[in-house]
Amino acid sequence: MAPLLDDPWTGTESFFDYLTRRGVSRREFLGFCGRLAVLVGAGLAATGPPAAAAREIARRLGSAQRPNVVWLQLQECTGCLESALRSGSTPVDELLLELISLDYNELLMTASGSEANSLLAEAAQKPHLLIVNGSVPLKSHGAYCTIGGESAEAVLKRAAQNATAIIAVGACATYGSIQAASPNPTGAVGVDDVISGRPVVNIGGCPPIAEVITATIGYYLAYGHTPRLDDEGRPLFAYGQRIHDKCPRRANFDAGQFAERFDDEGARKGYCLYQLGCKGPATFAPCPTLEWNLGQSFPIKAGHPCLGCTEEQFFDRMTPFYQRVPDIPLPGIGVESSANVLGAAAVAASTGGVAIHAAATVIARQRKRRSTPESLPLAVLGETGAERPTEKRDKSG
Amino acid sequence: MATQRVVIDPITRIEGHLRIELETSGGRITDAWASATQFRGIETILKGRDPRDAWALAQRICGVCTGIHAIASVRAVEDALDYPIPRQAELIRSLVTAMGIVQDHVMHFYHLHALDWVDVKSALAADPQAAARLAASVSPWPSNSAAWFREVQQRVGASVSGGQLGIFAGSYWGHPAYRLPPEANLLALAHYLEALQWQREIIRLHTIFGGKNPHPNFLVGGMACSINLDNQLGINAVRLDELTGLIGRARRFVEEVYYPDVLAIAGFYREYAAIGISSPTLMAVGESAFSCAGTPVAGEVRAGVLADGNYEELRPFEPAKIAEFVTSSWYAYPEGDKAGRHPWRGETVPRYTGPRPPYGQISDNVKYTWVKAPRYDGRAVQVGPNARMLVACAQGHKDATRLVDDALAGLGAGREALNSTLGRTLCRAVESVLLCNRMDEWFRQFQERIHAGDTATFNPDKWDPATWPKSAQGVGFTEAARGTLSHWVEIENGRITRYQCVVPSTWNSSGRDASGQPGPFEHALAHRGHHPLLEPGRPLEVLRTIHSFDPCQSCAVHLLDPAGGTIGTVSVS
Repeated sequence: MAPLLDDPWTGTESFFDYLTRRGVSRREFLGFCGRLAVLVGAGLAATGPPAAAAREIARRLGSAQRPNVVWLQLQECTGCLESALRSGSTPVDELLLELISLDYNELLMTASGSEANSLLAEAAQKPHLLIVNGSVPLKSHGAYCTIGGESAEAVLKRAAQNATAIIAVGACATYGSIQAASPNPTGAVGVDDVISGRPVVNIGGCPPIAEVITATIGYYLAYGHTPRLDDEGRPLFAYGQRIHDKCPRRANFDAGQFAERFDDEGARKGYCLYQLGCKGPATFAPCPTLEWNLGQSFPIKAGHPCLGCTEEQFFDRMTPFYQRVPDIPLPGIGVESSANVLGAAAVAASTGGVAIHAAATVIARQRKRRSTPESLPLAVLGETGAERPTEKRDKSG
Repeated sequence: MATQRVVIDPITRIEGHLRIELETSGGRITDAWASATQFRGIETILKGRDPRDAWALAQRICGVCTGIHAIASVRAVEDALDYPIPRQAELIRSLVTAMGIVQDHVMHFYHLHALDWVDVKSALAADPQAAARLAASVSPWPSNSAAWFREVQQRVGASVSGGQLGIFAGSYWGHPAYRLPPEANLLALAHYLEALQWQREIIRLHTIFGGKNPHPNFLVGGMACSINLDNQLGINAVRLDELTGLIGRARRFVEEVYYPDVLAIAGFYREYAAIGISSPTLMAVGESAFSCAGTPVAGEVRAGVLADGNYEELRPFEPAKIAEFVTSSWYAYPEGDKAGRHPWRGETVPRYTGPRPPYGQISDNVKYTWVKAPRYDGRAVQVGPNARMLVACAQGHKDATRLVDDALAGLGAGREALNSTLGRTLCRAVESVLLCNRMDEWFRQFQERIHAGDTATFNPDKWDPATWPKSAQGVGFTEAARGTLSHWVEIENGRITRYQCVVPSTWNSSGRDASGQPGPFEHALAHRGHHPLLEPGRPLEVLRTIHSFDPCQSCAVHLLDPAGGTIGTVSVS
């Protein structure tokens, strides 16, 4: 054994003392907290300027224990965890080695088989943070997804029992996503549908942006409770605004400059992609502000219309992907009559019964209290221009 | 000697959900069953949709080999619509595929496979100076310093020393099958952490062309990322400069870290060049990052099959010889389980006959997995990097032959050793070097064409469904990280009526077929009763062999939907 191991962190001292002994300077620690503060800025607005916010996070993180985390992967594609691994704010090595103790995760853990199952059983008995990727298939007694011979539903329920907080990461864990797209052959549902009476934080997206995942975890570690959430349980710091409201092509939209087809003159000049089917006007997501992969770019910036992947049932409600969102008043053009033709009814009917989830009334009910959009009404979602949605109840409260 | 039954579920450090059941006796495995325990039904969900949307749904089959299912999908639709795409779009897709595979191979080795060979506890006791000397002897990589290695020891040591072991809990530390000296363990542990940083950097090539990763965007008819060197958005001078840097960084890590590490570690585990020998028929439709609409044609490496252990004689690949069996899978064919079906006649009705969860053992049942059993000309087939390398060598591909023979010479093994646990792992590293060469070449062509004024990335001719035939059928082939992938689509009146995927991990992780022939995972573990398993409670050797295939079980399990078929037996709520 290396001599270092004679001086272990025992969990009785503060987390900051632990970091200090490991050679992390106060400046480095505050730098990390500062990055975190910028990312969760919306949630910290009341606490003062960023530097003060960073100090506050530092204070709280510095006295935290290294929490136990169980990170389940149920019915899914591993894309959400792959995304988390790309985080630029809290690098994943820092997350794994210094910030949390990842007691169970099938992609990363060393142990397999019975040892893995024992670790899950042990971790589930202690207080822990539960992070879930993937949906829960309820049909056929859960035979569509089993782990260690147990159904995903049973695994989730057991892991949730002593969880101090539950974070559903990605579209599958939130509501079922691709598996739950019509006709949902396996009866896939989200975590919220299985775990009742407990707050579940929903990190929307297929997958979500890495930094949103790690920031939500970081926020929880710092404050011991979840960030402020919208009505679908999504953190306001990431899902409070529409893509359209912060889009780099927004000026072209306002000027009536549109790409009419892919790679035409307008597309090459960076004009708005609305006519090509962009769902930015109907999608609440941080893509244009955080951007993807260390802030490199995001779909609209790279030339492809937004698919609306942070919105519930987007494989049904946002398809066909290359069809325009209806009833958006187009600056310089006015409301196109063709936009009406391609309205909600057309979207619903266009896939021949596929879009059964797109019932406009249901969506309107879900969306009515959507927080702080800046301008456009979501006609496709049943909103009218007169409506000014207000902030919702705080689900974490 | 008494036979012991062993269940390993979950197999961790893979994509998806996999269960292995074994019979073992006297430290050897005598029989094996591979069971995929997840099913999602994505092909059913694709039915009735706009074929231009299909890539986005099919892509969600997998977030690890993200992108490749989308490419197979747009290729299949383009084949059906007889829809040519601009050369620049082909080059972009090739670059995206190649970078995806290189990233995938590196992450597979360090984050999914390395802990099978590397003892972390031993790494913490290593002398950082000795590790630096070892590193310098195999690579010029500049961060290989004693100071960095010491920091790694301190960080990992502090992390586990308080009793919170995190991802290292339940490790097989001290298992007699670990052979690396402490300094080699430390070197690999340091690169585990460095690879985590590297992978998030270089994957930005996907973000530049496809807007995000995982799940970048694609487009039937080309790519959506317009080229305009003089505009602030899109592929401009800044992006080209960034791409040059990203490809360079990918290459440097592969050449100076990944490849030397694999070779160095392989040197301590030479016996694994004769362990995990699997199905003797191997197949590839071309080089990795190669994709085509329709039946594979000659490319840099042509498609071919190496049958029955003859790795010299390359037979032509004939898609008509593919058939899928459901003998051991939870599906039913109307004619029973004896005959296989070609993908164009593919029919799948999920019919779960296994025990109600929770269950103890399932291999006593004839049916035990959600994976079908694809066979080529009646044979179980290995696909993946070792198949690609052997197929390339069999046709005398210069670069592949040189790299493969160099790597094998270092181990004192012949080409047949590529069909082994070590061979599969080695081939990923060799292929990554090759792919970095190819990326350089493709990116050079891409830039030259821009310079010559060729900037089109999209062909608008067949975007409008009014231009499509009333009914059409198409197939897209590609080589994914894990092997040969094909998507098959039928379109009627502008809508998908049938969608099928034949996926690498389906070939590799399949169960028994009608003749009782095991799939490649099962073959590798159980063939001739050679495979070691010293401690059934700590199945390190099994993990080595299964991980050498880089299983991707979300990909492997799919649902082939017959035209007008009996899929209605799946209840829709």
